[in-house]
Amino acid sequence: MKSFTTHTGKVVAMDRANVDTDQIIPKQFLKRIERTGFGEFLFWDWIRNDDGTPNPDFELNKPEAAGATVLLARRNFGCGSSREHAPWALDDYGFRVIVAPSFADIFYNNCFKNGMLPIKLSEEQVEELFQRAAKYKGYQLTADLDSCTLSDEHGFSTSFEVEPFRRHCLLNGLDDIGLTLQHEDKIAAYEAAQAGA
Amino acid sequence: MSPPAARPRTLFEKIWDNHVVHAEEGRQTILYIDLQLVHEVTSPQAFEGLRIAGRQVRRPERTVATADHNVPTTDRSLPIVDPISKQQIDTLEANCKEFGITYYGLGDQRQGIVHVMGPELGYTQPGMTIVCGDSHTSTHGAFGALAFGIGTSEVEHVLATQTLLQYKPKTLELRVDGQLGRGVTAKDLVLYLIGQITTDGGTGYCIEYTGEAVRGLTMENRMTVCNMSIEAGARAGMIAPDQTTFDYLKGRPYCPAGAAWDEAVATWRTLPTDEGATYDKSLVFDGADIAPQVTWGTNPGQVASVNATIPKPTDYADATDQKTTAQSLDYMGLVGGEAITDLKLDRVFIGSCTNARIEDLRAAAEVAKGRKVADTVHAMVVPGSGLVKQQAEKEGLHKIFTEAGFDWREAGCSMCLAMNPDKLAPGERCASTSNRNFEGRQGKGGRTHLVSPAMAAAAAVAGHFVDVRDFE
Repeated sequence: MKSFTTHTGKVVAMDRANVDTDQIIPKQFLKRIERTGFGEFLFWDWIRNDDGTPNPDFELNKPEAAGATVLLARRNFGCGSSREHAPWALDDYGFRVIVAPSFADIFYNNCFKNGMLPIKLSEEQVEELFQRAAKYKGYQLTADLDSCTLSDEHGFSTSFEVEPFRRHCLLNGLDDIGLTLQHEDKIAAYEAAQAGA
Repeated sequence: MSPPAARPRTLFEKIWDNHVVHAEEGRQTILYIDLQLVHEVTSPQAFEGLRIAGRQVRRPERTVATADHNVPTTDRSLPIVDPISKQQIDTLEANCKEFGITYYGLGDQRQGIVHVMGPELGYTQPGMTIVCGDSHTSTHGAFGALAFGIGTSEVEHVLATQTLLQYKPKTLELRVDGQLGRGVTAKDLVLYLIGQITTDGGTGYCIEYTGEAVRGLTMENRMTVCNMSIEAGARAGMIAPDQTTFDYLKGRPYCPAGAAWDEAVATWRTLPTDEGATYDKSLVFDGADIAPQVTWGTNPGQVASVNATIPKPTDYADATDQKTTAQSLDYMGLVGGEAITDLKLDRVFIGSCTNARIEDLRAAAEVAKGRKVADTVHAMVVPGSGLVKQQAEKEGLHKIFTEAGFDWREAGCSMCLAMNPDKLAPGERCASTSNRNFEGRQGKGGRTHLVSPAMAAAAAVAGHFVDVRDFE
């Protein structure tokens, strides 16, 4: 798995709540059998007009969003389907960090499996970041997983919470399956006990 | 001396405790998984991961696969037209063969939506941990199982280790007292609950549905309720097993039989939440307050009673809610203030893992019987599995539907997510018995209103929403 230690990147602010995984990657792109190459399909129905031309009103198409790697959104980001294609698409597009007041459970979990960092802040802090993103040209945020801080160059700094084990795995890019298989004896013992029960 | 009395536990806690392989302070618990269901869309990358790492499927007999998301619902004797869909389905079949997994393919009468098929064949049983790379895995919680959706990396983890790394969710009791009124169904019940707690009100929780109104539901109704737990953001939803559960399961192909059955039932009877056990949060509702529900927006929490008017952004105090409501109304071609019964429909879809079981089809057929679908509406019925279709045809339901002008299809997920050719055209308004009214879910620009099967059938006939309780 990819590791994550620290990342500084340009912010794109998406002023929407309940962004669901159907929007992040629509179903017609779930037919592929690979893990890669989903970035070009990200936000497919929002990013372009019906005639296929770019939708100039969509946040990711604004000139100032070019090269953004930090996505700022409102509450319940990533709700809906369990499709891991959603974090694959965000990752492939170039996003490394997503900041929101809350995330849907499965999506949140899927991000960690792909070396991306979802950061939960309070509604007030997220609002503050939205205002800063509007105020400062080329607004950037730095996420430091080692110290669990999110900061900008204009005096904003906050700590965020990540479960210690998740943080450990992401910092070191550890393979979950490999970790679990270190406990193979316990799995075998569990199965033996069940069979004997 | 008698042992100290065990601490009272909830249904969730009992199942969790029974499946802990390894727990360590500050770490995710390694939880044993009794059953993994696999489908074509979220599994190819997981099997590929196994191959790259040179790993095997640890317990192929605890893994069952079918193709459902991406399959055509037209004539099964014809080849699949979309080559990419065909490749994905062929890949699943090849993976199952390579790793020794039971696969229910398109030619098999038992093929169907994975969450219809699992319970129907008796794979789903009380007390189990069940996962699938699909968020609606929560359906299986209706049997008193801990069942939830996972991502593809986790699918691979379960294939390789038969376990999953999990943080323990909190517990949320949603108690519905009293009785549901005439014409009010399990779908209305769960839509109402999601409306009450909102689309992320269950995040971080495993829900247990309790109370008289829940206890009175049939197994298929209970599956409808648990199915939509994810639409409230919950990890899982469950209902304690009881005689209704056992009666449904008895004699199913993959359920224990004979003495093993009696033993299993005795164990299952110990699962329900103990007297005195507490949930992290409990909310109480009254079944009598619930009317038939219709969603008006683009998430399942945006829902109202059929006899209500659609809210306006200014009805909300919170700035994000106002903006979300405005965005949803705009997408839905609404402004707020419209009477729901004035909404005219272009399409009706009866199907999905939420509402495509035999009882759902019977409820819809009862309304459709002797009536005609409105000229302005195209309506389709997609059974949840080959066995549901077979049963419906045995009962003559297909005749009722086709005579009324409904399109009668083969089993699959179909227009719930419109991954196959069944989809809405831009701007089309649809009454759907499925689970998600997200933008574009049923086709780009399509406008989905979630309802019960009876409400969908009534809307198909009337050409607009009607209160099924007044439908004569």
